[in-house]
Amino acid sequence: MNLEKEVSIVLGGAAGQGIQTIEESLTKILKLSGYNVFATKEYMSRVRGGINTTEIVISSEKKRSFLKRIDLLVTFKKGVLNHLKDRISDKTIILGEKENIDEEFLDNKNIIDIPIQEISKNIGNTLFSNTVGSGIILGIFDCDLELFNKYLEDKFSKKGEEIVNKNLEAAKEGYLLGKKILKDSNFKINLEKNGKLKDEIILSGTEAVALGAAKAGCNFVSFYPMTPSTGVSTFLAGHSKDLGIIVEQVEDEISAINMAIGSWYAGARGLVTTSGGGFSLMCEAVSLSGMTETPVVVYLAQRPGPSTGLPTRTAQADLELALYSGHGEFPRIIYSPGKIEEAYEISQIAFNMADKYQIPVFILSDEYLADTFYNLSDDELKTVKKENHVVKTDFDYKRYQLSENPISERGIPGFGEGIVLVCGNEHDEFGDITEDVDLINKMTKKRNKKLDLIKKEAIAPEFIGNEDYKNLIVSWGTTYYPVKDALEKLNLKDTALLHFSQVYPISDSAEKYLKKAEKIINIELNYSGQLGRLLKREFGTEMNDSILKYDGRAFSVEELTEKIEKVLMG
Amino acid sequence: MEKNPFQRTEKIDISWCPGCGNFAIKASLSNALSKLKLNPQNVAIVSGIGQAGKMPHYITVNGFHTLHGRAIPAATAVKTTNPELTVIAEGGDGDMYAEGGNHLIHAIRRNPNITVLIHNNQIYGLTKGQASPTTLVSTKTPTQPWGVFEEPLNSIALAISLNASFVARTFSGNIEKTEEIIIEAINHKGLSIVDIFHPCPSFNKVNTLQWYKEHTYYLEGHDVTDRKKAFEKSLETDKYPLGIFYTCEKPVFEDVVPPYISEKTPIWKREPNLEKIEEIMNSKRT
Repeated sequence: MNLEKEVSIVLGGAAGQGIQTIEESLTKILKLSGYNVFATKEYMSRVRGGINTTEIVISSEKKRSFLKRIDLLVTFKKGVLNHLKDRISDKTIILGEKENIDEEFLDNKNIIDIPIQEISKNIGNTLFSNTVGSGIILGIFDCDLELFNKYLEDKFSKKGEEIVNKNLEAAKEGYLLGKKILKDSNFKINLEKNGKLKDEIILSGTEAVALGAAKAGCNFVSFYPMTPSTGVSTFLAGHSKDLGIIVEQVEDEISAINMAIGSWYAGARGLVTTSGGGFSLMCEAVSLSGMTETPVVVYLAQRPGPSTGLPTRTAQADLELALYSGHGEFPRIIYSPGKIEEAYEISQIAFNMADKYQIPVFILSDEYLADTFYNLSDDELKTVKKENHVVKTDFDYKRYQLSENPISERGIPGFGEGIVLVCGNEHDEFGDITEDVDLINKMTKKRNKKLDLIKKEAIAPEFIGNEDYKNLIVSWGTTYYPVKDALEKLNLKDTALLHFSQVYPISDSAEKYLKKAEKIINIELNYSGQLGRLLKREFGTEMNDSILKYDGRAFSVEELTEKIEKVLMG
Repeated sequence: MEKNPFQRTEKIDISWCPGCGNFAIKASLSNALSKLKLNPQNVAIVSGIGQAGKMPHYITVNGFHTLHGRAIPAATAVKTTNPELTVIAEGGDGDMYAEGGNHLIHAIRRNPNITVLIHNNQIYGLTKGQASPTTLVSTKTPTQPWGVFEEPLNSIALAISLNASFVARTFSGNIEKTEEIIIEAINHKGLSIVDIFHPCPSFNKVNTLQWYKEHTYYLEGHDVTDRKKAFEKSLETDKYPLGIFYTCEKPVFEDVVPPYISEKTPIWKREPNLEKIEEIMNSKRT
């Protein structure tokens, strides 16, 4: 059996068994050894027990999609194989100890017994199992053991020499076992290494959003913890001092967003991180941002609902929540980064746009993107210039000055001679409450007219495929790579992809693509086809077919390949 | 007399009813700010909803008229973003004790250096006379026609029990005392809570101006650092004590959050630390 170009490794165990630790060490060392890596996990909403798995795809060319297929499966717990039975084929090589193999699989000819527990016990403690496990994989893939040793030294140096040495021993034992497995078994690995990759950066979707925000000058974060959004706040809290960012966990989501809006009023660049349930509580304040024309950036990492739904799973079901959140009418922007590199760039753009247009801006992500990692070159990580839109006020400053331009200059308290009066009730140019009909009309127009300008700056959807298409697949957000890879696999001459990284307002450039298609198919991780509905609202185009999934799991390339083919065949 | 820069000189349409206690509070507040020699450009009043929430429109000051109950979170952020500003959160009893009750509790824990002024007329005025968290038991209202049965919130006892760093109550009818207490509250470093009794001539027929005069008294010779004594005083309801009940020194939020520990420049004036971001990025290579 030859494993070529890309190998999908899945590690499975209980929460608390250290699967994440292995994921971290393996992705780093495999990358430093010259492989492209992609990792994504699926996990249960519990602290201990259950079954969690992580997929690591190692490839010669950059591969950034979730694969259903498993080439190498490492099990650390009985039940893992049953949990993954839909993904195990007769080609899957299973590494594990007898006690971690479910009965139904005991006579599988592809099982290779790896005595991880025994090796770690001999070294002194079952705690070393993770290091042994990582060592085995690194041995199989002919990585540099020295790199792993250095990693372990750095990681455990604080815990003392003995712990370091025991880990080095565990690494070596595992590594040698991995080499032996490769030699003794009937599979061969044929992956090219590329030395240049070792300088690349490994980022998760979560880290990309956090770093993008920091780069854009985000300096105030208020949040109430909620999976899968908390990672961004955790990351920024960790760097709070050196980056000069106030990160405060507050009493509830309502406080979080009102604080963030307050911070913008005083001249900060505030961010709130949340997920659907938390965002539901924030909707009132989105409206405050809209009426007062005070910017705010909301990182909304989606997970399935309704209610608390599936706390650790993924979905794209909150587009309409973001789109219609807040009462009354006012413009907003909703970005839906589909890639980690794009999450970094869009997080920067989001702050500039919020500042420029004085509106709420959403970064609509999801659990899948938040928990996915891969390596990126410096060229892929684009820097956006930080724009400053705050003005120093004059004595006669009016916060809501009316002019041809719907954007009034935004002053902040204590910067200039003016008084900055901001009001959530309908107001006059100065900011005082008004019920004057003429002013009500003017102010409503002023706020809503911004949308025309914003639309001109909307990120155009990405078109991929032959210009002579008949079928057009439309997708948004984090399904980008799986859809793209599935279409590449299918290699259909008459089918193209239109992918949206900004779902509101939608760039006018989308229209020509939609109107040209004979058949439009939307692919979304929700039940009702929310993007499809939005496209109909905006352009009058009907979806002819839909590929929708709402079981909390991400799309795999194989699943999409099959479903797209089926839809096109009719 | 020196000119008060906080008084709005242009004609403004004030929506308070004749005889409303808010007029007196406005006088006390603008006098206090003026006596503190503050510059209106460096003061921000963040208010909630209701008649009290309209204060930033009636004096010359930076203002953010926010949502019902949300003045405190917004004010906390304003102060933290720019500690050079004098920040006041202002609202009524519904604003601060009902809708915003949770925020008040946690602001006490967080202790930003802001002043919270609560116009407490023991009724909802702007929505026409419903009971508030401080309405007295058996008061009949259009929405509680058989009389209120819930025990009124004792915000003074609550604040002292949580070890709030400055707790006071005053009565709008005594403009000088109210002004004095507001000055003390603003000068105090940490969260200052000032509950201000005031009549609502339109909707509260129980707690009238006369009623407040008869049912309150100003504390004299009270040791504001004695928490137990302050708590004891806070439990008195006939008559209600007025004055500063309790003060203590505690770490202030905007002094202890990491970005301000060693660097005092307000965060709004700082540019992103690109070098550090680069460093973090580079740490993701190995």
